[in-house]
Order: sequence, then structure tokens, then C-alpha cells
Amino acid sequence: MADGASPANTAPALEMRDISKTFGSVRALRDVSMVAYAGEVHALMGENGAGKSTLMKILSGAYSPDHGGHVLVEGTPLPPGNPKEARARGVAVIYQELSLAPNLTVAENLFLGEEISRGWRVDRQETLRRTKVVLDRLGVDFAPDTIVSRLSLGERQLVEIARAMAGDSRIIVMDEPTTSLSNHEVSKLFDVIAGLKADGIAILYISHRMNEVYALADRCSVLRDGTYIGTLEHDEIDEARLLKMMVGRDISSFYAKDHSEPDPNRKVVLRVENMADRKHVHGCSFEVHEGEVLGIAGLVGSGRTELARLIYGADPSQTGKVFIGDTEVTPKSPREGLENGIVYLTEDRKILGLFLEMSIADNIGICVLDQDAGRGGVRDLGATLNRAKAAVKALDIRTPSATLKVGALSGGNQQKVLLGRLLELKPRVLLLDEPTRGVDVGAKSEIYRLIDGLARQGLAVVMISSELPEIVGMADRVLVMRDGQIVGTIARTRDRPITQEAIMAFATHSKSVAGQATDPQGDSNIQPTIEGPSA
Amino acid sequence: MSDATAAAATRRDRLRARFFALGMLPVLILLAVAFELLTGKFMSTVNFSIVLQQASINIVLAAGMTFVILTGGIDLSVGSILAASAMAAVIFSTYTLGGVLGVTIGLLVGLIFGLANGGLIATLGLPPFIVTLGSLTAVRGVARLMGDDTTVFNPELPFEAIGNGGLFGVPWLAIIALTIVLLSWFILKRTILGTWIYAVGGNVEAARLAGIKVWVVLLFVYAFSGLCAGLGGVMSAARLYAANGLQLGQAYELDAIAAVILGGTSFVGGVGSIWGTLIGALIIAVLSNGLILTGVSDIWQFIIKGLVIIIAVTLDRYRLKGTSNT
Repeated sequence: MADGASPANTAPALEMRDISKTFGSVRALRDVSMVAYAGEVHALMGENGAGKSTLMKILSGAYSPDHGGHVLVEGTPLPPGNPKEARARGVAVIYQELSLAPNLTVAENLFLGEEISRGWRVDRQETLRRTKVVLDRLGVDFAPDTIVSRLSLGERQLVEIARAMAGDSRIIVMDEPTTSLSNHEVSKLFDVIAGLKADGIAILYISHRMNEVYALADRCSVLRDGTYIGTLEHDEIDEARLLKMMVGRDISSFYAKDHSEPDPNRKVVLRVENMADRKHVHGCSFEVHEGEVLGIAGLVGSGRTELARLIYGADPSQTGKVFIGDTEVTPKSPREGLENGIVYLTEDRKILGLFLEMSIADNIGICVLDQDAGRGGVRDLGATLNRAKAAVKALDIRTPSATLKVGALSGGNQQKVLLGRLLELKPRVLLLDEPTRGVDVGAKSEIYRLIDGLARQGLAVVMISSELPEIVGMADRVLVMRDGQIVGTIARTRDRPITQEAIMAFATHSKSVAGQATDPQGDSNIQPTIEGPSA
Repeated sequence: MSDATAAAATRRDRLRARFFALGMLPVLILLAVAFELLTGKFMSTVNFSIVLQQASINIVLAAGMTFVILTGGIDLSVGSILAASAMAAVIFSTYTLGGVLGVTIGLLVGLIFGLANGGLIATLGLPPFIVTLGSLTAVRGVARLMGDDTTVFNPELPFEAIGNGGLFGVPWLAIIALTIVLLSWFILKRTILGTWIYAVGGNVEAARLAGIKVWVVLLFVYAFSGLCAGLGGVMSAARLYAANGLQLGQAYELDAIAAVILGGTSFVGGVGSIWGTLIGALIIAVLSNGLILTGVSDIWQFIIKGLVIIIAVTLDRYRLKGTSNT
């Protein structure tokens, strides 16, 4: 092992030059260049979809970059798209989803695919001995022959790191390593990272959590929309500055939302009390008024979708009540949800929403077939078709005929079909989960206009979105979720708009910005709902 | 140049679409013509009547199977249920009121076993393959038990006309089979339940989220399949004046599944039609009949029938790929 950080005049441990990556017509990365040195922790930040994971997959050889991009490890280029070679040259990636075989021992996992053998036999003793060496260096207290399924999530994360170390890695990528760790385990991980740093290993640390970046990073690079924005030195790392780099998009008049002052006498349509499934969602309570668009923001995995599904009755809840007006409805199945006027637009229309082999008309009418049927459930096909034609017209679904298979439509039009299906139920509450995902820009704007129109008709709209500009542009009020809880509420007032920075501060738990928010002379429209953990 | 290739491509697409809309009908016609050329005896009213009669029980079983496979399931127990129903029908036909009683009990036995399958699958969420594999064996045992493991006879079978009579020269068996096909078409294409069946088969989670009672759909399709097997049992008993718990209906489920798959119904569910199943069942019957007429040994009949099924499934894959491209 190296004896400390390498001097700065040697070749950098990692250099990525002009990396671009296109998937079909989508440009995931555009001319990204960055450098990481041995013995440094280099943080990589950016919103969901900014291109961090794609960049790391190019580094690990899972993807090859578009023509002209190069990855250099210690000065020599890596062959593109060759994971085996990347590993041999000391690049190790620890993914969020753990990639251990739970039925095997720690030692077997450490040398999986690169077993230490004597002839054709696995050398068990040598495997255990070398595992012990690595585990001792990590300072963990489980034995090399422990079955992985007996370990906690945090311990498994450490096994992943041990695996990277056993392979003599020079560059270790950690993709949000703390998401499944307890506080104690996090501090242990930080010690380990300090040790790796001292050994001269370059660490690329992807995280959404400001305080971690603040505590660990020697430098921090930011990606946004697949473009490299810049790198801050440790002394320059400043939360407000980082947030601006991450979200600094301009918002045009794209969002058709009417933000006039709400009627003070408007009624509460949906009230959710203490909703929890004790896995992804913990004690969430909130209200939505008629005509209001309530945004739910938060990082992927913060429990937003799970919360919406609990409210709709798609998943069983442990605790929690749902009220429409003053009546408790608490749906136990989707059917009960929609019978009580709550409808849910799924985030994944192809897997969870559409019947791709069925016609547009049947897809729109599927929830109200009983209204278009006579005795004994004999369908009036003409009635369904007329219903669908009216919806096609009202929502401006671009199709030559409502009898076409829905699979033939573009993403935006498919989304409108699903929206049309929900509207046929004459709902009072619309739960929209990523309503513009996978939809082109033109259709996005149309969907915003539809949402605004529905709110004006008095519907209560709950809009979950990972796209901050969309939330900021559309919502009257924003709930921010983190780790299954609602951690903050930001309301739009006449002179105070909702800002992406405020949302990101709650979502990533950046203490100082959230702290400013509660400051008496700070933004009075920002309300944290729970105390952050003391750092 | 590019315009020309694009036009050619759309023409090819249209041809392909037309080909798949017809499904296996051209194959059926080709087989019929081929057997006529080979034997000179195939195309006659008498032989057509025989083919229809031979196909009829399989058409009824395959109609029920179509419902099940449309939901993405499978029913392996129809052969055994057919045997148990036939046993019950023959046994009860010896009592007073025997005709009505035998037929009713035969149908009821089928319905009850079908409901049992459906109940286990719909409420406990067990895999259809396992549940119906179990009932394939268990119901076979019940069928043997019913006749003390002997063949039951009734030479004076009161409903024998079903098996051997006809209306204006058309065998009753064929009329029953075609009625079941029409009924199936009506349920699948004209009722809410039918639309739900396609929805559950196409995307079960989306169906649940859309408020469709998935368990009702599953219970119905297995009950319907059981009822069809019961009807098959009555038809078979009427034809033979007898039933045997051990041998009757052996491997019938395989012919029924083959007919459904030949008819273009997707094995994963959500796509298919009862007309396709009818053609599939007729192809199997024409193959059997034609191969007998040409004098091919029954060993070769097995081999040829099997190969035809594999080729058909290959076509099914190709067809699914074709539709997802559009």
C-alpha cells in the first residue's frame, strides 16, 4: 500500500476527459471532464437524473462513452466498456443496491469470481486469512465465515467496502453509501474512509446529504442535466453555492399555473392523519384544500410514492386515517379509494397503469364500465367509445381513432389517456405521481395546463415530482419528505415564492438553510415539521 | 429511395398485420387441401361431420382453457375433471329422472372442481400451475373412486342423443361446441367481465390499481373452465354410454392447451380470441383425421402433432414481437 497521499505533481489517480453519453435521442452526459487525485475524497453532487450514475457506470466499464471520451487511470487510458479491465486496474464501485450473495459467507463474497485456488480447489484457509486481514483493517467485529444474510444492512455495506479493498482498489466509488446506515454505522464508515484516504486511495463520494459532503469532501464537483458545472475546493464548499450550482435552471412561463391568492374560506378536501406503513412512511399528516395544488418533493426513496399509495389504498397501512371532507374513508383497496373520490396516477404508466394491448377507449373507460353497461354486465360498446371520444377531445389526445391500441401512442398521449381514465371517475382528489415523467416538453406544458384547469374546478391535487422546477412552478404549497417523514412545508405567499433551494435544503437536510428558515426574520413561509438530528 | 423503402416497409407491416389477423386460418385450409390431395377422401360432408364431432369435446375444453390462459394462468386438471364428470353423469343416469339428473350432476361436478381450483388461486394466491397440477392427480383419483375403479355402463343412457344424434344432419356435439364458442365470444367481447379478463391478463397490477376485482376474475375463469370440462364429460359419456375413471380424458388438457396456443392466445395472457381457439382445435382434429386417412402410424401422428405445436408457439413469439414494434 502507498504511504500517504501522493504528491500533487504525479498523474492524477483518475482523469475523465470529454465524456458524453447518448441513449437514443437523450443526452445523459455532455462533455464532462473531471479529475480526482490519490488520497482525496471527491464528492459528486447533482439532482436525480443529473448524470452522476451514468458517469460512474462509464468509469466502471458498465457503459462505454460516446466517441471522443476517455477515462484515464493513473495516466493510462482504460479500454471503454470493459468492466473486467476496469476492476483489474483498481476501480471499484459500491452501488446503492448491495450486490452481495446473501447465502454465502463474508469471505466467499470478498473473493467472488476471483476465488483463491490451489489447483481446481478453493483454498479456504487462505481465503479466510486474507479476509481477516481486510476486516481487521476496517475494524469490524464480525468473523470472515459469517453468512452475509445474518449481517445488518450497515455491516453489509462494510463488506462491500472490504470487497473493494481486497481487490487492491486504487479508486473507490461510493454511491450514497449512508442511505441504509444508522448514525453509529455512519461514523464508523467515516473512520474507514479516513483510513482509505491515508492509504492513498481516491474516493469518489456520491451523496445528496450536505452535511456529509461538508464533513468528508476535499473537493466537490457538481453535475446538472448531464453537464459538468464546476468543482469547489474544500474551503469554498458553501451550501448555498452548491445548491445554486445543482438547481440553477431558469424557469420560463412554461408552467401554466394560476397563482392568485387562495380563497381564505376554501374547504379542506383531503385530510391525512398519521399515515404510516412503518417501512417507508412514518407518521405523515397533512391537508389539501379544494383548488389547491400540493407538491410533494423529496429525493427518490424518501417515501413519496409509498405515501400516495397508502392514501389510495394500494398498499396496506399500519396506522393512519384518510378523510374526505369530514368523513373518514381510509381505503383498504384501490377500489375503495376510487369509490371515495380519490384517484392515483402511477409513476410508471407502462408497468402499473396502461393495458397496452387494449384500445384507447377501453383504457379510458375501464374504471367505469358499469356505467356503460346494461343488465348482467353486457357492455354498451358505443357508450364507451363515445365517452372515450369526448375524453380524447377534451384532453387533446393526438390519435386518429379511439379504437387504436394505447401502446401505439407517444408517452405524453399515453399519460393523457391515464389522466382521462381517472377523470371519468369524477374524483375529488387527484394523486399524481411524477405526472410528466418520460413526456416530451410540449406535452409537459399541456399536462400542466390540464392540472391547473382541474384545480380551478375545485379538485384537490397532490403532485409528487422529482423535478424541482415543476414543483416550484405548479405548487401552491410544498411538502418535503425525507426518510419517510414530512420534514418541512413551504407555502407560496404573495411576496414569497417557493424556491428550489429551500426544497433542496429540506430534502438533503442541510442544517443552515433550514435553520435560516426558522429564523424570525427569515422566510416565514418555510416551516420545518420535525427537528433535524443534531450533528 | 428512402420513400420507396418506407413504402415497402409499411406494405410489409400491413401484410403482416393482415396475416396475423387471419391467424391460423390459412394453416387450417392448407392442411385440409393437402389431405384432400393426398387421400381424395378428406373433403366430403360426411368426413367434415366426423372431424367436427371429433373436435367438439376439445373445442369445449379449449374454450374454458382460453379464459384461463387469457388471465395468464393454466388449467391442467380439465382431463381429470372430465373423467369425474362423465363418471357422475353415467352413474346418476341410472336413477329415475336419469337424463336430466345425470347431465346436471355431471355439469355440477365440473363446476365444483373448477371453483375449488379458482378459490385456491384467487384467494390464497397460489400459482395456477401447482394448484391444477395437484387437482390433475387428485381429481383423477376421485374419478376412479366413483366407480370403484371399474368402467361404469348404462346401455340405456337417457341422454345418448347428445353424443350420437344430430339436428338436420349436424351432430349435437358440434352444435354444443359451437354454442360454447359463441357464448365465450359474447362473454369475452361484450361483457364487463370479459374486459376485466383481458385487463387482468394484460397487466394484473394495473388492473388492481384500476379497482378491478382481480379475485372475481380468477375465480370465474377457473370455474368456467371446470364447467366446460364437466360439459365435456357429459358429451363424452353420451357418446360412449360409459365412463372409465382411469382412462377417460387422459392428456386431454394437453390438446386443449395446444388448441389455445395454436389459436394465437398469448401464454402470458391478455392477448387472444376464442375464434383462434376454434381454429386451433380444428387444426388438431384435421391433423388427427387426415393422418389416419393417409394411413400414417399413430406413433408418427404423435410426432407430427407435437412438431406442429412447437412451430405454432414459435410463430406466437414472432407475432408478439411484431405487435410490440408498432
